[in-house]
Amino acid sequence: MDTAEKFDEKTPGSDKLAGQIEGEQAMDNTTRYPDQTIGTPFVDSPKMRMRDVDVFYGDKQAIHGVSLDIGKNEVVALIGPSGCGKSTFLRCLNRMNDTIDICQVKGNLHLEDQDLYDPKLDVVELRARVGMVFQKPNPFPKSIYDNVAYGPRIHGLANKKYDLDEIVETSLRKAGLWDEVKDRLHSPGTGLSGGQQQRLCIARTIAVSPEVVLMDEPCSALDPIATAKIEELIAELSESYTIAIVTHSMQQAARVSNRTAYFHLGRLVEMNDTETVFTKPEHDLTEAYITGRFG
Amino acid sequence: MSKTTEQVRKSLGKRYRAEKRFKAYGIAAIGFGLMALVLLFTDIIGKGHSAFFESYVQMDVTFDQDTLDIMDLRDEEELNFANYDGLIRDALMEKFPGVEGRQEKRELYGLISTGAGYMLRDMLREDRDLIGQTRTLWLLADDDVDVYVKAGDNDRLESRLSDNQRKWIETFEAEDKLELQWNRSLFTHGDSREPEQAGIWGAVTGSFFTMIVTLLLSFPIGVAAAIYLEEFAPKNKFTDFIEVNINNLAAVPSIIFGLLGLAVIIGLFGMPRSVPLVGGIVLTLMTLPTIIISSRAAIKAVPPSIRQAAMGLGASNMQVVLHHVLPLALPGMLTGAIIGMAQALGETAPLLMIGMVAFIVDVPGGPLDPSTVLPVQIYLWADSPEQSFVALTSAAIMVLLSFLIAMNTLAVFLRKRLERRW
Repeated sequence: MDTAEKFDEKTPGSDKLAGQIEGEQAMDNTTRYPDQTIGTPFVDSPKMRMRDVDVFYGDKQAIHGVSLDIGKNEVVALIGPSGCGKSTFLRCLNRMNDTIDICQVKGNLHLEDQDLYDPKLDVVELRARVGMVFQKPNPFPKSIYDNVAYGPRIHGLANKKYDLDEIVETSLRKAGLWDEVKDRLHSPGTGLSGGQQQRLCIARTIAVSPEVVLMDEPCSALDPIATAKIEELIAELSESYTIAIVTHSMQQAARVSNRTAYFHLGRLVEMNDTETVFTKPEHDLTEAYITGRFG
Repeated sequence: MSKTTEQVRKSLGKRYRAEKRFKAYGIAAIGFGLMALVLLFTDIIGKGHSAFFESYVQMDVTFDQDTLDIMDLRDEEELNFANYDGLIRDALMEKFPGVEGRQEKRELYGLISTGAGYMLRDMLREDRDLIGQTRTLWLLADDDVDVYVKAGDNDRLESRLSDNQRKWIETFEAEDKLELQWNRSLFTHGDSREPEQAGIWGAVTGSFFTMIVTLLLSFPIGVAAAIYLEEFAPKNKFTDFIEVNINNLAAVPSIIFGLLGLAVIIGLFGMPRSVPLVGGIVLTLMTLPTIIISSRAAIKAVPPSIRQAAMGLGASNMQVVLHHVLPLALPGMLTGAIIGMAQALGETAPLLMIGMVAFIVDVPGGPLDPSTVLPVQIYLWADSPEQSFVALTSAAIMVLLSFLIAMNTLAVFLRKRLERRW
């Protein structure tokens, strides 16, 4: 079994991608991609700066020359039809794609002054600065406390039990989970409901105080009430963290994000203030997607 | 009623019949398997149960110093080699005074096992005041007597005993001085040419030392290989080649491993023959593929989401493996290891090649003492001509099977226990 299959949960396999590219190209060959991304993909003094990013799965190119900035304390939503490469792009930002052997990333990606793909950079350090929340809630089969404490423990962030307790409490409070679990911190994290599990995963991610939090469709496995809670949480978190979120729900993108990027078949078609994208989309493809003609 | 409904109703009966037939095939298959198992167990238990008891006869034995031919009671050497058989002969002659002639006397002496003399020796060594005293003792009977006593009336006619011997035994039986007692030697002695003195303890300890060596070698090596191949090895032609070969290794006939052990471990490295250490190494080679394959399967079964979560938090590869993959994969690995060990415990062929088939009377004291193992002991006994060994063979099989069942139960128990920690 190769690694690409192993990570099938969210990683588009090269075959699937290839099929979609061919199929949709046949459908859309009248539509032109813009030579350059429409809108305002760049900001002043960005937190993360990406230029001309190409991603290949083996011979298949999944991302074509994407350039964009993510500003400090900004929530950026990445939207687009299935297989358009938004998750792949997100996973480049903390090098989760490294685990897939056939995946190759080219281009300039920077977190402030740090080149993400600098061979001298330790990926462990990067992932402590850029945390990630996954599509399916994936708490460790350990207690709630240990779940949150795991990150601080492996990075040695707390020397005393007291400090660790504090980190756990603060993180759970920020994730809005403290009141629900404070009496059962030592019961298994896997015993929580889906929405609680996802908030536990968010608490676990922010326990190591990352600068950027990447969210890969964090609400797709949750019911509307749990989704609403997570969205509130994102809004609160954006005060202290920079957030990039991939979502299939356009309402969600509209509710939580400052800027929205529309991906189509591995290209960044349009990126603008969220309001502009949803009210006055400039490109045909963007308009077609947000009005529900495909996707 | 619509046409579809009508059509469906018509075909329903046929579908249900097909389903019933299918179920019946399955039940028949299971029934067949169970029947085979029941047959096996009834046969083995039927043959083997009698070996757990042996015949003893009660006689008055006088510890006569002259017969024993002992000058000095404090001399251990003399005590060891004294004429204890003479005491038994005297006792027999006293009981049956009319016996005359060499042939008849030999028949009479043949009633009692040579092991009875050792019992008298041990008694005397423990308590030297016995000299000159007469004691009423239960003496171990010869295996032919044992077979005769245990046999039904019809089988008694086919016994190897002479008419005189039958008469004497009937005398003992009539006086109530012949009885079946728990066969202690079976669980305390090593092998012997005399079935009534032969035991499996030597083989059990031999198996134990062999298994310890196998476990200590194969589990760490197998798990380390599995973790490396699964988590760290680059995916290329070379690792594919290794993987194919591990699978091939699992299919190699076990006797080949025995030949390898003989040629390399004994021939090249000059390790001693017939010892559990070499047996353990050979069985390690045989068990490794099983452990590697099952450990890899256990590692693969760890949900990728857990790995990703840990990596997303900045855990290094090593930390992901140690903190998350190993604890979750351990039950599967243990199960694989126990099943591999159970296989190794039942293995005979490779051990024949490295000389663990030798006739060894002493119970081994460590992995460097010559010894044999349970399945080889079964093979040896099944090959022996004495009638009593038939029952002993089945008894040894029962012991081996109970070990195997215990190990498999442990595997199931461990899996159930560890798998559901939450």
